[in-house]
Amino acid sequence: MFKKAKVDSEPVIEVRNLVKNFGGRRVLNGVNLKIYKGEVMVIMGGSGCGKSTLLRHIIGILKPDSGQVLIEGKDINSLKARELDKIRLKIGMLFQSGGLLDYMTIKENIALPLTEHTNLDKNVIDIIVNLKLSMVNMRGMGHLLPSEISGGMKKRAGLARAIAHDPSYVFYDEPTAGLDPVVAGVIDKMILDFSKKLSVTSVVVTHEMQSVFRIASRIAMLHMGEIVEVGTPRQIKASKSKLVQQFITGSPDGPISFSQLGDDYLTELTKK
Amino acid sequence: MKDLNSMSKNPINAAGRAANNFSFFIWDIVSLFFQVLHWLFIGPFKGKAAKRDGIFEQMVFVGVRSIIIVSFISLFIGIVLAMQSAYQLEQMGAVIFVTGLVAVSVTRELGPVMTALVVAGRVGAAITAQLGSMKVTEQIESLETMALNPVRFLVVPRFLALLIMLPALTVIADLSGIFGGFIIGTLNLNIDPHLYLDLTKEFLEWKDIYTGLLKSAVFGVIICIIGCYNGLNTKGGAEGVGKATTESVVTSFVLIILADAILTAIFYFAKV
Ligand SMILES: Nc1ncnc2c1ncn2[C@@H]1O[C@H](COP(=O)(O)OP(=O)(O)O)[C@@H](O)[C@H]1O
Ligand SMILES: [Mg+2]
Repeated sequence: MFKKAKVDSEPVIEVRNLVKNFGGRRVLNGVNLKIYKGEVMVIMGGSGCGKSTLLRHIIGILKPDSGQVLIEGKDINSLKARELDKIRLKIGMLFQSGGLLDYMTIKENIALPLTEHTNLDKNVIDIIVNLKLSMVNMRGMGHLLPSEISGGMKKRAGLARAIAHDPSYVFYDEPTAGLDPVVAGVIDKMILDFSKKLSVTSVVVTHEMQSVFRIASRIAMLHMGEIVEVGTPRQIKASKSKLVQQFITGSPDGPISFSQLGDDYLTELTKK
Repeated sequence: MKDLNSMSKNPINAAGRAANNFSFFIWDIVSLFFQVLHWLFIGPFKGKAAKRDGIFEQMVFVGVRSIIIVSFISLFIGIVLAMQSAYQLEQMGAVIFVTGLVAVSVTRELGPVMTALVVAGRVGAAITAQLGSMKVTEQIESLETMALNPVRFLVVPRFLALLIMLPALTVIADLSGIFGGFIIGTLNLNIDPHLYLDLTKEFLEWKDIYTGLLKSAVFGVIICIIGCYNGLNTKGGAEGVGKATTESVVTSFVLIILADAILTAIFYFAKV
């Protein structure tokens, strides 16, 4: 049921030594990552470890403090606005909360990239929109507003919009978080479908272990702002890293620690 | 770390930082204004016209729904103004000048300012709340990812709507203010209705009206830019949206009064 995507050999997206601080706090601490054509790269890591921040850098809506993001060999942060827009037309993104514009219907939302960036006839756009709606099992719901549909449907509608303009790269920020297991499975299957049928390169951020092993061609583990391990699902499962093993099994004991004993903790407690 | 802490308690440093933040704020506001101008006047020649759909809805939202409250407030301002000035002018036997006093004060000053304050409270706050909730639910980022400029898409239609509708509302406020004066003048001060209107026409000059409308156009720009700026820079979830909205209304009020003082001084010294 979950057949994996094939991997090509040339890197299309490359992150080099990416560093980002938010108000003096380092969130990304020199991230290096290569993503190859046609693969489904899964970035996993605990909540708040900077996964969304990393994605935002790759699509160029955040600027790094240092380091580079290369898409098809071009450093997106040194591009002119017009050239960056050109690259963005090849990108689709599913945001964590869907990111659908709340004042437009689902249909208008999905049509948006097409009406704004193509000269297609309205009828053609209608057909494409209906096609994408049925790809995500939402036929006949295009007239609803985002506020009128459930969380899972928002994700699926967001998915339809992300692929509306036939992008070469699709990014997913926690596509299955907060959904019931069946809907999560459906979405995982859609991600795989898109990656094969539309031959897109996918980057999926998630911490749902079931999803990770269902869809990944390769897995990168992000921890404390660094990529600590990259490999195929088999390599990751067999990883000797205690960090990775703890994350996979979800054990409370291990190098990923939630207790904060130590000098820092004491000073923090006694701080007025 | 300790140094940083003691530094923040130093009042001179704190003042310096506040001044620094303030100059950043001014810079951001001005640059947002110029971005709007860019999309209005330069964008169209680069094949990217300002978004026109949505302007009509915005105009309805700004204008039509504010008519009742604006006319209500101005009517009573006119009534109060007539009574207050009659109380003074009666002692000099110059009650007849109530006509001109009400007309000129309302068109030059009270009509534009009261309308702007009402609209800042209603529409400015709503703009910040709309854009702020779009920001915290990743809608603004999703626009950017689709290579759609948020300023062109969201700010420009609101800018045009306010620029057109605020002066239009001010005309209505002027009329109802004068009508308020008319009610007191004819019913209470026993001025003949025809005479009241003739005298109003006599005292009122075109420049009184157009300086008032010019003011209201400037106020419209202030409400839009402050409202949008606060919305687009909202941080921290639903709570952040509330904060931004309050901030937006307070800042608009202060800037409207400030701009009013500056414009009045300019008109006064230029003898307009
Ligand atoms: N715009 C921002 N300003 C300040 N801090 C931020 C911002 N965005 C994210 N952060 C912080 O960066 C850290 C990583 O966030 P994020 O990338 O959203 O984590 P996640 O891995 O859960 O997606 C969090 O601690 C978050 O509070
Ligand atoms: Mg996240």
